[in-house]
Amino acid sequence: MNLLPLAQLKIEKPGGSDSCAASNDFCPGWIAENIGRYWDPLLEHVVLTLVPVAIGFAISMALAIMAHRRRWLTGPIITVTGIFFAIPSVAAFFLLQPITGLGTTTAMVALTSYTLLIIFRNITTGLRNVPAETRDAAIGQGLTQRQVLVRVELPMATPEIMAGLRIATSTTVGLAALAVFAGGGGLGTEILVDKYFKSNVVVAGGLAVLLAAVLDLLILTAQRAVTPWQRARS
Amino acid sequence: MTPALAILGDFGEAIEFIFKERESVSGGVQIGGIPELAGFGATHMIVSVAALAIAAALAIPLALWLGHIGRGDFLATATSNVGRAVPSLALLAFFISFVGLGYTNVISVLVLLAIPPLITNTYVGVRQVDRDTVDAARGQGMSGMEIVRKIELPLALPAIFDGLRTSAVNVVATATIAPLANVQTLGEPIITPQTYGFVGQLGAAILVAVITIAVDVLFARLQKAVTPAGLKLADPAPSRWFSRPTRRRLKST
Repeated sequence: MNLLPLAQLKIEKPGGSDSCAASNDFCPGWIAENIGRYWDPLLEHVVLTLVPVAIGFAISMALAIMAHRRRWLTGPIITVTGIFFAIPSVAAFFLLQPITGLGTTTAMVALTSYTLLIIFRNITTGLRNVPAETRDAAIGQGLTQRQVLVRVELPMATPEIMAGLRIATSTTVGLAALAVFAGGGGLGTEILVDKYFKSNVVVAGGLAVLLAAVLDLLILTAQRAVTPWQRARS
Repeated sequence: MTPALAILGDFGEAIEFIFKERESVSGGVQIGGIPELAGFGATHMIVSVAALAIAAALAIPLALWLGHIGRGDFLATATSNVGRAVPSLALLAFFISFVGLGYTNVISVLVLLAIPPLITNTYVGVRQVDRDTVDAARGQGMSGMEIVRKIELPLALPAIFDGLRTSAVNVVATATIAPLANVQTLGEPIITPQTYGFVGQLGAAILVAVITIAVDVLFARLQKAVTPAGLKLADPAPSRWFSRPTRRRLKST
């Protein structure tokens, strides 16, 4: 329980014998030589992002469908997920440690809780924006409530839902940088290994920003692929 | 320890750390207790309030003006997207390595994190003002400045306070990692476990979480208080244009 993640961090510069690295400067040469050691933290960061977003999406979808049937649930769900959302991740990583210990699980539980408000809100908004006439037409054609949801409402809400996923993903990439405080690894660990070394900070921070941009683009592409009618209209 | 706290295990010890001094993990120094934590708390509040005030003074007038002339959709969307993508830890480390340690740099980082929600929310708030209302004001002979002051600003206040709330929560949360730049906020026990141990880390985490939620609730109340009575009745229609900037919360720490 009393493991101290920060105390264990090594402060050294592998391959940092040249004068540029020794003076903590921004050194393209050092970066080219050492870029390989950021690979594993980057992969950890990807996992720390995708797993919470996927679990958060599943939970939010279940909550949103429940709240779609019983409207009164929306308020309480937004209040509770809103309180989760307000808790600083650094604090949450420690508050969870007596229960889930030091490591990836703790990081993922906290990161998942932050995606709920974002994704739930967007699914709910998307479902509510479906025009009443469209819903009536579907019911008039003899679709059951379940069929209306799956074949009409959810497809029509897809752009809004995907927008929520994009926001949740880029938010989680940023917050996962703090997973180092839960002993969860990721690019934040590299940043704290040597926060005075410009090359290190630029590479680790830059990779996090790049990861957010790439994942955002991937989700946008997926959204275009699953909503061909959107393209036809605009 | 009192039996009531003992049942809570680590949490009980952490709460005791908040209220009662104890010897540090490495020995020799007294840590924890209300006087020390109040000092950290004061620093925490000073950097947070300074950052929020500076960010508001810079962002709100700019966004009001952009909203008034109706140019800034791109800026309003882009700032919040960029604000989300840059991790707070990376931004702080960037300042530490390139600029240095200390108050000025910590406040600069917090200001940068507070600006995007203020710009986006203020801008969207002004753009959401009914165009007919603005036209009516212009028809009555109001000048551009008067329209901003008497029409657009009051009607955008709920949105502006939404932005202030998001930024305040973000700033208070991020001030927790300020000790990385040698500014001793409530995050100090979290960053220096060799002195404070896990109990100190947990105690600080409890304090930070409680304070952040309190700030969130306070600003939610303020927002309700500044909402013009007429606006409380209308439920704002959700925008059908997904590419347009919308008000939303942003979390960076």
